[in-house]
Amino acid sequence: MTTESIPSKHRLADEFRSFIDPEFVITDDETLKPYECDGLAMYREMPMLVVLPETVDQVQRVMRICHEQGVPVVARGAGTGLCAGAMPHREGVVLSLAKFNRILDIDPVARTARLQPGVRNLAISEEAAAHGLYYGPDPSSQIACTIGGNVAENSGGVHCLKYGLTVHNILSVEMVTAEGDRVTVGSDGLDSCGMDLLALMTGSEGLLGVVTEVKVKLLPTPEVAQVIMAGFDSVEKAGDAVGGVISHGIIPGGLEMMDGHAIIAADDFCGAGYPRDAKALLLCEVDGTREEVDEHIAEAEALFRKLGATSIRTSGSDEERALLWKGRKSAFPAVGRISPDYYCMDGTIPRRYLAHVLLEMEKMTEEFGLRVANVFHAGDGNLHPLILFDANVPGEFERTEAFGSRILELCVEVGGCITGEHGVGVEKIRQMAVQFSDDELQQFHDVKAAFDPTGILNPGKGVPTLRFCQEYRSIEHKQHKHEQTDAAHG
Amino acid sequence: MADNTQQIQEQVLQARDSGHKLNIVGGGTKSFMGRTADETADTLNLADHSGIVEYHPVELVMTVRAGTPLTEIEAALAEHDQCLHFEPPRFGDAATIGGTLACNLSGPARPWSGSVRDQVLGVRLINGKGEHLRFGGQVMKNVAGYDVSRLQAGALGTLGVMTEISLKVMPRPASSLTLVQAMSPDEVIDYMNRRAAEPKPITGACWVDGKVYLRLSGARSAVEATADKWSGEVMEGGETFWQQVRDLQHSFFADDDQPLWRFSVGSTAAIDAGRGDWFIDWAGSQRWLKGEGDLAEMEALATAAGGQVSLFRGGDRHGEVMHSQPQALKTIQRRVKQSFDPDGLFNPGRLYSWL
Repeated sequence: MTTESIPSKHRLADEFRSFIDPEFVITDDETLKPYECDGLAMYREMPMLVVLPETVDQVQRVMRICHEQGVPVVARGAGTGLCAGAMPHREGVVLSLAKFNRILDIDPVARTARLQPGVRNLAISEEAAAHGLYYGPDPSSQIACTIGGNVAENSGGVHCLKYGLTVHNILSVEMVTAEGDRVTVGSDGLDSCGMDLLALMTGSEGLLGVVTEVKVKLLPTPEVAQVIMAGFDSVEKAGDAVGGVISHGIIPGGLEMMDGHAIIAADDFCGAGYPRDAKALLLCEVDGTREEVDEHIAEAEALFRKLGATSIRTSGSDEERALLWKGRKSAFPAVGRISPDYYCMDGTIPRRYLAHVLLEMEKMTEEFGLRVANVFHAGDGNLHPLILFDANVPGEFERTEAFGSRILELCVEVGGCITGEHGVGVEKIRQMAVQFSDDELQQFHDVKAAFDPTGILNPGKGVPTLRFCQEYRSIEHKQHKHEQTDAAHG
Repeated sequence: MADNTQQIQEQVLQARDSGHKLNIVGGGTKSFMGRTADETADTLNLADHSGIVEYHPVELVMTVRAGTPLTEIEAALAEHDQCLHFEPPRFGDAATIGGTLACNLSGPARPWSGSVRDQVLGVRLINGKGEHLRFGGQVMKNVAGYDVSRLQAGALGTLGVMTEISLKVMPRPASSLTLVQAMSPDEVIDYMNRRAAEPKPITGACWVDGKVYLRLSGARSAVEATADKWSGEVMEGGETFWQQVRDLQHSFFADDDQPLWRFSVGSTAAIDAGRGDWFIDWAGSQRWLKGEGDLAEMEALATAAGGQVSLFRGGDRHGEVMHSQPQALKTIQRRVKQSFDPDGLFNPGRLYSWL
């Protein structure tokens, strides 16, 4: 697309203003500024303009106009994403769904909620609580992030191992296609005829359609939940304990692990009473009926002891449970206190490689001269290494990015993947070439074209062009060779 | 027990060059499903492409070749007290995991334990260009690229030949029991839904012949305490009953001369008792109806109940057997098909006449 073919910003804005409240068609730099990035603020781009439609009909008209004129469209929820998936396109429109913030219906008998895409994740559970129900996926950003964004990223959280990801907890999505059609994929039934386009939409990062309504399943709130905190003197032992609990037949509601750096940072931050001398800490939450929780807590405690836990504490009240979780939940800001900046990674690995990957990462800290703290969803092997750096030191962010790249490649090497729940966006687009072959990437491009023939939805995100991949792979290859040569000479 | 990937790939490429179509067949136990297979097409046999590739009980992940029989998978899992949580139906011992995923078949626990589609973590498949591709992986969470693995669920093999499937597996429940009591069709929908809304270890809820059956599974203490609180008699032989429900061997399904309709609808929709005999499963979400009827009429019923219908077995299988698609979704699915299988090699017309 050449610059000449882009219709002028003001002509497009005027067109939108003919059917959208002019106040919500934003063209001035000052008001556009907050839209320049999402939760990953290192990546920024000013959009051409921002629209905030209020009806699905308006969304359809925006899409039709952009489709006809070849204008890129980036849909946006709360902008809490962590992969620059909602970073604007310089020559495109940001389509904010912020005005679609109503819970349309909660059906306590069918256990479903019908939501506009801008409804906040936590608001669903808050509203459903009166009926003894809640919404399963609980990403850390749940206070702010929206259900539309959750669908785009297939968001998880700490309860995925037992309760699944977004894809397991939604029934249907109403969306507007790139061509401006309004369609529903899925139904009130648990499955639908034909291809499972709902699965394809979930986690598609705004590349396939604009979500305008979501119907989610609600779950009965467990009668009881209790958490065991277990300290270990090595990550290997903690890793084995994770496998031990699961192969014993207990599926914890949440199973989280923190390494020594994260334990101390979190304990300093909120005084959770974590064992500060431990090299690894597990938080294992068991939920269900009173009887089931009693049975499983006793079994899990015994297992942790047998597998070498150096300290064990089990919550005796909801207050104590909240305190034990507080350290984990505030681990990111806690780490933020011990370093000017941090960069959160999101690789997933088969759990049996946990100790190996942590050890390799520790070695890399020396190589890159940067510290790393680990907080992660141990139950499902989803790592969140936090690389600590100072953006004000020239070159340090670049080193951080290189470090992050190596971590993701390591995840792929052991059979894992480059992103468990944060998405690819702009951030991990280079590593897509490590995880996928050209044929696979081309298949992704072809799927995208089936939904969006002219490629106006979130262009440049999610799937890299093949030319870009070849260049990236050859640079990487050269670098690795270079390192090997260095090592040989060293 | 062999890796036939190379032969399969060659057969796909040959078919492409010679302009032949391919019917993908595993154990052949689900040949009654979908529209009638194209008689002019060659058979691509997957039954020999079988075997467990990797299984790590601690990871809760198993990777198998697509032609692996369910019996083999379940036997290997049972050795480690694990299972396929979605309780795959078997319409014969030869049933394979590939066919189960292609047909998206799940058993009575589906509303609580998820479907085969839900438990899929990754697939390898050969597309219509003969390329062997890998999507997803062996980890629980993976959002790199589009979810092509789950897209295979219910696509009836129209997008490619799956060669390998990775699945999440789960611990086998420690204990299980079934409660049964008489209930009228007017009461049962509300009853099942209200039970499902309680935080109790329910894993099955169905209604047939005027009786409602609820299954409880999990920690023994929790199962027994719930059974004490809830009404209904503890059923002898509960396990056999649920296996018959799972495999459509219950006497309700015995008369296979009659067309069998499957409704996937909102769980709280009222039962239209005047329409005929119903078997209600999945706490109201999956409903079976026996008898003649035309698809358009059934679609109207299903749509009113918030869902969709398919002609599961019998009837006219030359016509459409799946709920119709709105034009925009038809267009997208045609293009998706084209993107995987540009020459229309795989299972032509099996899902819809237009695919």
